[in-house]
Amino acid sequence: MAVTALALVRLRNLFAVVMLAGVFSLLAAVLYVVLDAVDVAFTEAAVGAGITTVLMLGTLALTTSDEKAAPRKTLAPLLLVVATGAVLIYGTMDMPRYGDPNAPIHSHVAPYYLTRTGPDTGLPNVVTAVLASYRGYDTLGEVAVIFTAAVGVLILIGRSRRPKKKRKPADKKEAAQ
Amino acid sequence: MIFKAILRVVSKLLIPPIMLFALYVQFHGDFGPGGGFQAGVIFASAFILYALIFGIDNARKVAPAWATRTLLSLGLLLYASVGVAGILLGGNFLDYSVLADNPVIGQHLGITLIEFGVGATVSGAMITIFFIFAHQDG
Repeated sequence: MAVTALALVRLRNLFAVVMLAGVFSLLAAVLYVVLDAVDVAFTEAAVGAGITTVLMLGTLALTTSDEKAAPRKTLAPLLLVVATGAVLIYGTMDMPRYGDPNAPIHSHVAPYYLTRTGPDTGLPNVVTAVLASYRGYDTLGEVAVIFTAAVGVLILIGRSRRPKKKRKPADKKEAAQ
Repeated sequence: MIFKAILRVVSKLLIPPIMLFALYVQFHGDFGPGGGFQAGVIFASAFILYALIFGIDNARKVAPAWATRTLLSLGLLLYASVGVAGILLGGNFLDYSVLADNPVIGQHLGITLIEFGVGATVSGAMITIFFIFAHQDG
């Protein structure tokens, strides 16, 4: 994953960048499978590696496939990124070990979900029960976000062709006059 | 890409299993990995594959703009109305236990319905966005 990320930063051809981003997503999905988060891995593979790549290619078809060479002045952003990364890594020092049964994430609401899902909903997949039932508000919000995104795309570029078509005959008339 | 015989035949073979798999992921999400989000994306990818191989115009005939827009809105509407139905039947918003006589069956029914809503909205959104990006009036 690190190699893919470095190549992503170095490359100038956006087509290769999109493909590598897909590879990166697929590697992330493999990582989620290793961590036993099958639902997340499924989503990552379908959305990150699949649909996003196709949408990016569509965007490239609308725009250009070569990145403009940036002027060289890149020391300050590099320092900023390194500093932020160092702080984040420092932050992980305080986190409990992976799989620690006493970690806060395992002692807050997770036991309730794990023990109550069977009696409450009769579903074997706890992820679905949490997503759809216990955290139903969140999922409703997510669906609303996706809906808003599609409506936003519709409004921004979906309608842009119609006014042009209507305007064209008028322009011709004006030109003829 | 309209004249590539191998691509056309293979994609024709692939599209029905893709859709079937999307429905499996949709309705088996209660028991295995999967659910509305993943199923919606897989379902949309079947249409996108068809559009890539057979051209946008043909794909638009299969999935016209009004159909994908309706799908997009109906999903969210279904989700929200399941929540409102919970209120009308005497529970809280998005409380599925009151949807049926038995709370467990009610939960199951509610989860299946809202997952279906999620799947409809996600697939509608993905198809709509793809068609708009592919230079076609969405």
